[in-house]
Amino acid sequence: MAITVKVMRRPEAGRTSYMRATLKGMSLTFKHLVRPSHVTLQYPEEQPDLSPRWRGTHRMEVHADGRPKCVACGLCPTVCPANCIRLVGGEDDQGNRYPIVYEIDEFRCIFCGMCQEVCPVEAIHVGQHFENAEYTRDRFVYDLDRLMEQDHPSTLLWDPADPRSE
Amino acid sequence: MGEMNELTTTWFVVIGAVKVIAIFSVVMGAVAYMTLAERRVSAFIQDRLGPNRVGPFGLLQPIADGLKNVIKEETMPGTAAKFYFVLGPALAIMPAVITFAVIPVAAPLPTPVGTVDMIVADVPIGILYILALSSLAVYGIVLSGWASNNKYAFLGGLRASAQMISYEVALGLSVIAVLLLAGNVTLTEMVWQQQQLGLWFVFPLSLAFIFFLISALAETNRLPFDMPEAESELISGYHTEYSAMKFSMFFIAEYSHVLTASALMATLFFGGWDIPLWTGDDMFRHGDGWIRGFDAAGAPIPATPHVLITLLTLGAFAAKTAFFVLLYIWIRWTLPRFRYDQVMHLGWKVLLPAALGYIMLIAGTMLVLDQLGVPFGFLYGAVLTGVSGVTTVAFLFFVDRDRVISGAHRKRDVARRRVTATTGVDGGAVSN
Repeated sequence: MAITVKVMRRPEAGRTSYMRATLKGMSLTFKHLVRPSHVTLQYPEEQPDLSPRWRGTHRMEVHADGRPKCVACGLCPTVCPANCIRLVGGEDDQGNRYPIVYEIDEFRCIFCGMCQEVCPVEAIHVGQHFENAEYTRDRFVYDLDRLMEQDHPSTLLWDPADPRSE
Repeated sequence: MGEMNELTTTWFVVIGAVKVIAIFSVVMGAVAYMTLAERRVSAFIQDRLGPNRVGPFGLLQPIADGLKNVIKEETMPGTAAKFYFVLGPALAIMPAVITFAVIPVAAPLPTPVGTVDMIVADVPIGILYILALSSLAVYGIVLSGWASNNKYAFLGGLRASAQMISYEVALGLSVIAVLLLAGNVTLTEMVWQQQQLGLWFVFPLSLAFIFFLISALAETNRLPFDMPEAESELISGYHTEYSAMKFSMFFIAEYSHVLTASALMATLFFGGWDIPLWTGDDMFRHGDGWIRGFDAAGAPIPATPHVLITLLTLGAFAAKTAFFVLLYIWIRWTLPRFRYDQVMHLGWKVLLPAALGYIMLIAGTMLVLDQLGVPFGFLYGAVLTGVSGVTTVAFLFFVDRDRVISGAHRKRDVARRRVTATTGVDGGAVSN
């Protein structure tokens, strides 16, 4: 492959006006000084608008009686590309399957949202949430109770107004 | 003649002490808030917000910074020359702070115990005192650069000494034009002369003002002349090894220098505390009273100091100084840093001869005007304004258009010409 050289076009000698360049620069900075176009978000007070498709930390949907909707089918740990979901299923007296252990390691999670996509009962969701700070590392393994406590909105993996992502 | 209440010796000492404390605290406070102004203005220029968390609009930020700097750990490089390392910041800060003593900040203030000059020390050598002391600041920088035993700090110190000595010359020469016109070196007298002329010296001495502005930028080590610091080349130059309050002292020194230079520009070229287009504030000590000026017959017109006039003139002085401080900040966040050779070139080969020539021109014009018997007044100033205006335009035209400071294309063009000359073919883009 031929090497291409980019030649910088510089003004010719005697054609450069430093005075005018300086004054132009000064007027430019002055315009910004008197009419700044602030793009900074005053974060703790102002919150960013998250996209409906934003994929953040998970939450588990619950039934009205407080049981998790999860039926421990095992699809999410199977589909999870990061292998971050640990599921131990059980069965109660009526023969309903339920999760005994359901843990998600949010450090390993890549927030692809495939667990939400694959879930047959719409139990596990990724959420529109990003403030995940904790004081210890082990707090990042979310257990079932933690996942059920999460109250941020769930992600719409597709935008109902724009179903084909156009 | 206006009533003149001379202060008794006791009151002179008491009021002198009060003035010293007042001016020192105001300068220190102004310096603290200049750091905030610098950060906020630079932020706005760059479409950011700047520090706005501590207090309303970030107004308590300087206090938080000061507190942080006081309680931070002082580090001392193991190989530093300890005595000079500690002496450096002190030497840097002292001249910066005490130069403000000879700048008059307002019209005289009448008090029950006598009329008080609004100046800490109305020394007869005025501007010479400032020139002498502000040059001492270079010792602080060079010493701290050398004592750090760090090559970047040392380079910063070397650059500072070269630059400050070079521009001291241009600064002094631009001041000489002012001294010629004012006929005196006392700053109170200069304010008075500008009131008498009816024109601020910036008009009759426009080129001297431009020289002074450029040299003052270089003297205070502000961008585009911040060779001693040059973050991208020398880490941060002479104060690389300093931390905590010693580091902070260099900043206080720099901003005090900026403040003094701004106040000096306001005094020398913009009438000091004079309020434009109003002769009511004209006031000068004459004999044993205060006069506004002389009437046609040469008899003095008395002036009465008033608290209101003092406050108004103080406001005028503060506004002018603040304008120049903002100009400094504005320039800093617009222009990139000069190359070292460009700084030296501008100082020695452009400003020095140009300032010398300008002094000759002003002196010649004044000689002609004096010979023609034109009285020191508006006409006198107008003629000088015309002469200076033409000279300024000519100078700027000469400096402009690549005639003085060559850009990056110069070497390439020379190389191309050489190739064309030897081969007869345009060499095109010769690497360089």
